[in-house]
Amino acid sequence: MSTTRTQRKQRSLWFEAWRRLKKNKLAMAGLLFLALLVVIAISTIIIDIATNKSYYNDHVIKQNLRLRLQGPSKDHIFGLDEFGRDIFLRMLWAVRYSLFMGTIAIAMSTIVGGILGAIAGFYGKRTDNIIMRFMDILLAIPSMLLATAIVAALGTSLTNVLMAIAISYIPTFARTVRASVLTIKDQEFIEAARALGASDLRIIGKYILPNSLAPLIVQASLGVAGAILSIAGLSFLGLGIQPPTPEWGSMLSNARSYIRDGWHITVIPGLGIMLTILALNVLGDGLRDALDPRLKN
Amino acid sequence: MAMQETRELLRIEHLKKYFSTPSGILHAVDDVSFVLDEGKTLGVVGESGCGKSTLGRTILRLHEPTDGKIFFDGQDITGLDKKRMKALRRDMQIIFQDPFASLNPRMTVGQTISESLIIQGLVDKQDKRSLDKRVAELMDLVGLAPRLINSYPHELDGGRRQRIGIARVLALNPKFIVCDEPVSALDVSIQAQVLNLMQDLQDSFGFSYLFITHDLSVVKHLSDEIIVMYLGKMVEKAKTSRLFANPLHPYTQALLSAIPVPDPDFPVNRILLEGELSSPINPAPGCRFAKRCPKACDKCREADIPLKEVEPDHFVACTLVR
Amino acid sequence: MTETNQELIRIEDLFIDYETDDGIVHALNGVSLTLHVGETLGLVGETGAGKTTLAKGILRLIPDPPGKIKEGKIWFEGKDLLELPEHAMQEIRGQSISMIFQDPMTSLNPVMTVGEQIQEVIRNHNPELDKEELHAWSCAMLEKVGISADRIDEYPHQFSGGMKQRVIIAIALACNPKLLLADEPTTALDVTIQAQVLDMIRTLKQELNTAMMLITHDLGVVAQNCNRVAIIYAGEIVEIGDLRQIFKRPTHPYTIGLLESIPSLAKDVERLNPVKGMMPDPTDLPPGCKFAPRCKFVCERCAQRVPDLIDIGDGHMVRCINSKDTQSYASTRE
Repeated sequence: MSTTRTQRKQRSLWFEAWRRLKKNKLAMAGLLFLALLVVIAISTIIIDIATNKSYYNDHVIKQNLRLRLQGPSKDHIFGLDEFGRDIFLRMLWAVRYSLFMGTIAIAMSTIVGGILGAIAGFYGKRTDNIIMRFMDILLAIPSMLLATAIVAALGTSLTNVLMAIAISYIPTFARTVRASVLTIKDQEFIEAARALGASDLRIIGKYILPNSLAPLIVQASLGVAGAILSIAGLSFLGLGIQPPTPEWGSMLSNARSYIRDGWHITVIPGLGIMLTILALNVLGDGLRDALDPRLKN
Repeated sequence: MAMQETRELLRIEHLKKYFSTPSGILHAVDDVSFVLDEGKTLGVVGESGCGKSTLGRTILRLHEPTDGKIFFDGQDITGLDKKRMKALRRDMQIIFQDPFASLNPRMTVGQTISESLIIQGLVDKQDKRSLDKRVAELMDLVGLAPRLINSYPHELDGGRRQRIGIARVLALNPKFIVCDEPVSALDVSIQAQVLNLMQDLQDSFGFSYLFITHDLSVVKHLSDEIIVMYLGKMVEKAKTSRLFANPLHPYTQALLSAIPVPDPDFPVNRILLEGELSSPINPAPGCRFAKRCPKACDKCREADIPLKEVEPDHFVACTLVR
Repeated sequence: MTETNQELIRIEDLFIDYETDDGIVHALNGVSLTLHVGETLGLVGETGAGKTTLAKGILRLIPDPPGKIKEGKIWFEGKDLLELPEHAMQEIRGQSISMIFQDPMTSLNPVMTVGEQIQEVIRNHNPELDKEELHAWSCAMLEKVGISADRIDEYPHQFSGGMKQRVIIAIALACNPKLLLADEPTTALDVTIQAQVLDMIRTLKQELNTAMMLITHDLGVVAQNCNRVAIIYAGEIVEIGDLRQIFKRPTHPYTIGLLESIPSLAKDVERLNPVKGMMPDPTDLPPGCKFAPRCKFVCERCAQRVPDLIDIGDGHMVRCINSKDTQSYASTRE
């Protein structure tokens, strides 16, 4: 018997997927960028807590109208905005809203959509019909409109914005999970579990969902990108984060009147949004390739 | 092994399983009856579309029977409710054909085998030590090296994966096992290893096997009795030695003659069948093999042909056999 | 049975590796083989032995990366196929050497009619033909494989598995190639359909005088269809000879083991006699004889160096230093 079998590491499918992802330079670059953003967001939160928001008050939102619209310089590398506030610092403090809110909204959406999709796919027939038609109704409403309607009706608090975005993404995840479940449901190892006497709950939880995660993960990473855009969009319309709290979308919105006074006021926040979406997209693409079971030999 | 009294374990009476399809009703299993005694092996032989896999699954109530009765251990289980059926599953199990598709790719060897023990409540899932001990025993019984306990199916070859499939069934110590083409997907030299394992386990534990296969040579040395199926119907049933010595149904004869024997001197009396299988959807009355049968006549196409006992324990469904 | 001894294709010392993340897979380790005009050579081996690699290697269909032909020569019609430029190989594929694959379900293009697919190969090698001639030729081929020419405009999904395989054979033989590489052509088919298809192949082959390399793991199929047999194990030919030599006087321990382990209608056994162990990991092959770890005739010298293929009489070649022992064992089991 060949001896190398004992020396080779036992490898789960996740580990092999990670190995494949590592080889994708672009995806890793995206991952690194996102990791950097997470570090920035956490750092700004720590600073707020440590200084009891005094640093925030003195440097991020404090206006300095005499110096307004100054371009990038040694002291302020991204320049100052229309109120004389340091754009670089505002960019850093804004990260948490885009990134975390996007992630939390999608996380909520994934869980609710995933469960609905799993139930629809597993039980089929009338249950499937009812759930998916309801999803169709949600999908028929343009997501921005839906989000706008919810926020306009219930107010512009953070939770409402999160909920609005989460709800608009539920149908996408329900569909994704339902499609996976339909494929897996007919595989023999599900039949084997049934033959052992496993309950429906056990089959869904331990057999179907772990094998359906791959497309869901890909969809979720792309969903975060979309959610960030939605948050930016809502703020742009004045329905999201309220001033003076910095947020990339609202920064972009307010800069519209000052395009001719300085490129930095519009370009910097726009660039921030763009790079983040780009990073999420290349990561999502990389995950799709890495998790694709057809690449298994 | 002491001689056991041959006690009836499984009795199937006129079992039918039909599926509704957009084109009509698919007669997958159409009126199959037999008896299987404790510790014996019944071979079910036929080619694609004959219904042998559906038969196995319907007996285990993985498909609900359309008609007919299933008696297990003296009890009518045809309409048994889910809860009592679950308890019965400890006694009635199945080994699948595809050693990859029948294992959860996200579970290790140890986890897959433990599933049987946990689901049927044989070991408390909190009791890790007993679980590990029992899993190790089972792996040893089927010839899986202990170091493989944390391996995933995709890291192992077909032979080892099939042993996992056997181990998880063994964990329940069942009385009856449906073996659905258990070695068809394996390499030739591994087939013999797995078949021997199954034979040894039967000698040690006294299982009854329903051995489903298209390969008559495999079933010849394992089965006590064989039924031959064609498009859902039973066309012949006999004790193994009788079936090979005196195959009576034209399909059985053609099947036997078609199997290439690994001996260039073995006389080839090839009965070549014309044409293709007819459709199992909304089948016309009469013998379903008539379309391809070299001996077919008009009487064959009139009405369905019942099984007749032409010699003791040898049944054939053919108008031409007296 | 062919009487001619004229050599058609000669493979010399072929080594093919696959460079993968898990290591280098040594798929072929010095394969040498000759096929003669009109003969059927059975290539017998199990999964991972290298049979498909060999067939694809002959037609230069090995994807590079990860496949690499390390060394060797394949002599066909006076030329070394491994040295030919790609356009010359394209001329050969489908016209002089054809291949059919195992799975009929995926070998046909689902969006082209069977007629179009047969015509495609004809047109590739006979660009001067017009539409009518192509149509007539393809209808004739369809009839030759036992399918009514009326079905020429039907799509693959309208045919059953056995019929699809017939279409594939029609495509392969349309240009009357000298050599047909058949990779497990009937493994996916029911046994009664297999008998029909093999029968048809035999008839056609004889009519067109095509040589065939029949790749299979089924020794029964070999016994009924082949003139000569080569046994391949871990990328090496371990035994080669004519049909009777291999079945009646098997000499290599692997051949003996295989023949003893398969259930057969011809004999009655209480218990099967499997070959113990498994084929070695192709990324980590044992030194010396690759079958040594599983062999019941093994001795110390076996692991020292790879045995040569030795002629033990009448063209029967074996790769084993203990062939005297194995032969006396085999004769006691007769």
